[in-house]
This record gives sequence, structure tokens and C-alpha cells, in this order.
Amino acid sequence: MDIIVCIKRVAQTAEADVKIDSSGKDIVKDRLTFDMNESDTYALEEAILLKEKFGGTLTAVSLGTVQAEDTLRIALAKGADSAIRIKAEDFEGLDGYKTAQLLKAAIKDLKFDVVFTGCIATDDYYSQVGVTLAELLGVPHATLVTKIDIQDTKAQVHRELEGGLIEHLDMTLPALFTIQTGINEPRYASLIAIRRAAKKEIKVIGASEIEPTGIQANASLEELFTPPAGKRAEILSGSMDEISAKVAGIIKEKGLI
Amino acid sequence: MNEIFALVEHRQGIIRDITYELLSCGRKLAEKGNTKLTAVILGHNTDNFVQILKGQAHRLLVVDNEVYEDFNSEVYQTALTEIIKRQNPVLTLISHSAFGVDLCPALAAQLGMPFTTDCLDVELAEQKLKVTRQIYDGKLNAKVLLRENAGYMITLRSGCFPAGESSLDGVVEKIDTPVSAQPDYRKFIEYIEAAVGEVDITKSDVLVSVGRGVKEKAYLSIIEDFAETIGGVVGCSRPVVDAGWLPKDRQIGSSGKTVKPKLYIALGISGAFQHIIGMKGADTIIAVNKDPNAPIFSEADYGIVDDLFKVVPVLKTKILEMKQAKG
Repeated sequence: MDIIVCIKRVAQTAEADVKIDSSGKDIVKDRLTFDMNESDTYALEEAILLKEKFGGTLTAVSLGTVQAEDTLRIALAKGADSAIRIKAEDFEGLDGYKTAQLLKAAIKDLKFDVVFTGCIATDDYYSQVGVTLAELLGVPHATLVTKIDIQDTKAQVHRELEGGLIEHLDMTLPALFTIQTGINEPRYASLIAIRRAAKKEIKVIGASEIEPTGIQANASLEELFTPPAGKRAEILSGSMDEISAKVAGIIKEKGLI
Repeated sequence: MNEIFALVEHRQGIIRDITYELLSCGRKLAEKGNTKLTAVILGHNTDNFVQILKGQAHRLLVVDNEVYEDFNSEVYQTALTEIIKRQNPVLTLISHSAFGVDLCPALAAQLGMPFTTDCLDVELAEQKLKVTRQIYDGKLNAKVLLRENAGYMITLRSGCFPAGESSLDGVVEKIDTPVSAQPDYRKFIEYIEAAVGEVDITKSDVLVSVGRGVKEKAYLSIIEDFAETIGGVVGCSRPVVDAGWLPKDRQIGSSGKTVKPKLYIALGISGAFQHIIGMKGADTIIAVNKDPNAPIFSEADYGIVDDLFKVVPVLKTKILEMKQAKG
């Protein structure tokens, strides 16, 4: 079984204060931490589990700057055999479509049975790279996957729909799956494995390897702005004792105490 | 300007709510652009859908075949590629749902059409399409211009275009199906209903809901204890279920339960829109979060900007005091 997993290094913004920089088109990054995109960690784990079950090769691919190599090394430490970085610095105006085209250019000559991606990147929130990549590779896809059971070239696939409903599909490989969080328990890389991965070679490809003709973006960013505050919560202030008394009062007022 | 298309989303024989939002958005854009809105219905036994949607669009394009009864993006993609090529809509609106994210990027890529996903607002003027999207965990909005083209495709986030009253008299046009069988490489088999848990969180008047901010499974006992004090049950946002700390039936949000309790206390939940969808119907929402800019504070009635583990013990004591005073 030959497997490819696409991963992305993203700013961890779920619990961080995100500010727009002076260009108005990017965010202030110096106080943010960066790590593998959340659903990509599950995609990587699913890829490793599949390789452990069936053998074969696992290639991790990332479009990013040189720091993305840290993320690729985590993938190598966890179980990927090889890694490819596409030099983001060689290409401008990267949207989901352009990203998918570059990923396609990087993997089109590799043999694969399964391609995994995360179902969404928490930075640009597109949910479009995986499906676009599948279309460009000419293979079937399923998104928001929460279970995959492979036998020979057939895959029984569960997709997560709204309201907790599951859709069961019968698919044929090769195929691409975008993985939903929670499908497995992503492992941690051991220190020894991280040290070993630090010495592995990462293949780096850029504008000299990828013919840019015909690769275009669908969308260009005009401006970033803070979402308009709709209804704003009344922020309770004072000592913790005072705040708690207010909250208890509110709950009592509602007749719930 | 050419027509605007809105793709009708249905599941298990029922039109999904987002469809009315797509149609509402489509009508608004059609009016501004002096063009018409077509509702595209791919389904089986569609008479009922036609009756329901007749007032919502200028035209209803109906493709009726059993192959469309259950959603299969491959089938929809093949059919819609044919239809869109023939009819050349200026814009096709699809929902940003499990259905839409599976379909839109592949369909638009096949058509060579610029597209983008998860749009909150849309401006279409002089053949140019600008959309507003949300990025970085919903903390910033981005205004995005699409590559100029004769046709565009986008997915719309639910809750951005309220379904509206409309009294159009849509012309019904039936066309032959371009597809009549599911491909071997992707076949829909069945829907599997979510497992029923020991507690039905949708039945409780009081919900204490936890998110990423709870940090460790071990700390959940503090939350459970607090919930018991105020007579509520514990729910959660997605990361808590993903980590395996609470079962799936406790998850509140688009892929979990929709709840409407009298009181919703959100602890350490940032407020991703997928979560908001599931709890915005609560009577009173109190949110505790360390980040003053967390989106949850735009939905809550009352907010406390602090660490939930500092708030919960003090609040529990206050509530116990109040109960004793009463008792």
C-alpha cells in the first residue's frame, strides 16, 4: 500500500489573540506558536496505521516555507518514510486551488493507493484543497471521513454529516480521503525518533521543478478585518467574588436555583 | 447578467434549512444584478420539493431520478457539470455543509471555474465576485476577490442569509437526467444514525459546556461536580470529544446536537461557528474564556474574561450559599 499524506504547518490560533499586521493583509505572527494543522495530525495517524497494517510506503508532503520542514520531520519521526517540501516562497498568491495544483505537481509521478489530507486547515478555513487535489489527480474522494476499512482495493468509508449522522460509502482505491478530527488517537513522536528524523533528507522542490504555466489562483485577498461585533456579551467585572455573585444572581433570576 | 443558481440540499426526503438561506441570498443577488434565480433540484419524487420551493425562485430546474435520492458527490458532479455547461449561470450557490464541501471544489475544478468556500457575504457587480470569509479560527474576516470569469461557484455558511418570505411563482422546468447510476468507485450504501447515549443533553434546562480550555480529562470531574450543583448536565465542543474525554452524544454543534436550554454556561469554549450553530438558541448564555476576543462573547449574554478554573470553584460556592439561604 503506497500512501501520501499532505500536511500543513499553521499558526495555532484557537486560543490565541489574533491581530492584523501593518500591511492589512496578514497577521502578527511573532507571538503565535506554529504546529501541524489539527486535522492533518489525524490524517497522518490514519496514514501510519494503514502502513502498519499493510506495509508499503508513506510519503509526507507539505507546501510551506523552510519552517514547514520541522512539521515534515515530525511526520518522519512518527512513521513517514520520505518527505517533500514544496517551496512556498517560490509561489505567490497561494489560495486553496493553487495549493492543490502545486501538491498535484509534486506527487503526480509518485505511485499511490491512498492520499490523505486533513478536512480543514484552521488558518484559511477552506476545506477545499483535498477535494480539488482529488479532482486534479483524477481519483474519487470522500470528505470528513471518520472511519476507513480497507480490503484489497475496496474501502468502506464513513463520512460525518450534520447532527451526528454518518454516511456509509463503498469506494474503490486509489482514492483521496479528507480526514475529520477524532477518527483516531494521534501518537506522539519519541525523542529517539525525532533525533533520527532530524538527519533524514527532505526533498525540496520549487519553481525550477514545477512548471508554473497554467497554475493560477482562484482568489486574491483584498483586506483583513475584525469581524463586526454582533450582539456583545455584557462582560462582568470586579473581584472573582463579585463576578460570581452576579452570575449566581442571574441564574436565580431565571428561576433556576 | 446570466442567471444565479442555488442547489437545493435535501436529506432523507427533507429539504435542509440551508437551502432557504441559499435561495434568500440568490434572490438578493438576482435583484441587485437584474437577473433571475433558479433553484436546481436534483432528487427523486420531487413533486413535494417543487411545491415547497415554487415561491422561492424564478425558475425551478428539476432533474428527477432515483440516483439523486441520497447524496453522492460523484453523481451530482457529473450531472451538474452537464447542466452548468449548458446553462452558464453567472454564479452557483452551494451550501457549506458536509454535502457542499464534498461537491463544490471538484465540480468547480472540473468546470475550470473560480470558486471559494465558506462564504459569509457575497457581492456580485459588473461580473466581479467579492466574498467575505472567516479565517484563523473565526477570529478575522477576509474580503476576497475571485479571478474574473463568466461563471463562479461558492459555498455559503449557514446562518448568514436568513431565510426570507418570498412569493415568486417559479417556472418549473424538467430536464432529463445526465446520470442514471452510481459509479462503482463511489457508492452510497446507507445512513447510520448516531448512537443514543445515557444522557440526552437536549432535554436539560441547564447545560454546562466545556471546550479545549478544560485542558485535561482529569479536570472534567470539577465540571461535572459544578453542573450537578446547579442542576445541569455536561455538554462539550468538538475538541473534547476528539480527545476522547466525553462521548460523541455530549457534543454540541453542527456535527453534534442542537440544544435550546434555559441556561448555557460555556467554559473554555472559543466559539467556532460549528459550535455556535448548536447552542445559539439557548435563552441565556454565560461564557467564560481567557481570550477577550473569543467569538463566543459575540453570542453570549454575559461574559467573564478569566480562567475557567478560577471562576468555577467560586461560582459553585456562591450558588451553594444561595441554595442554603433559600433552603
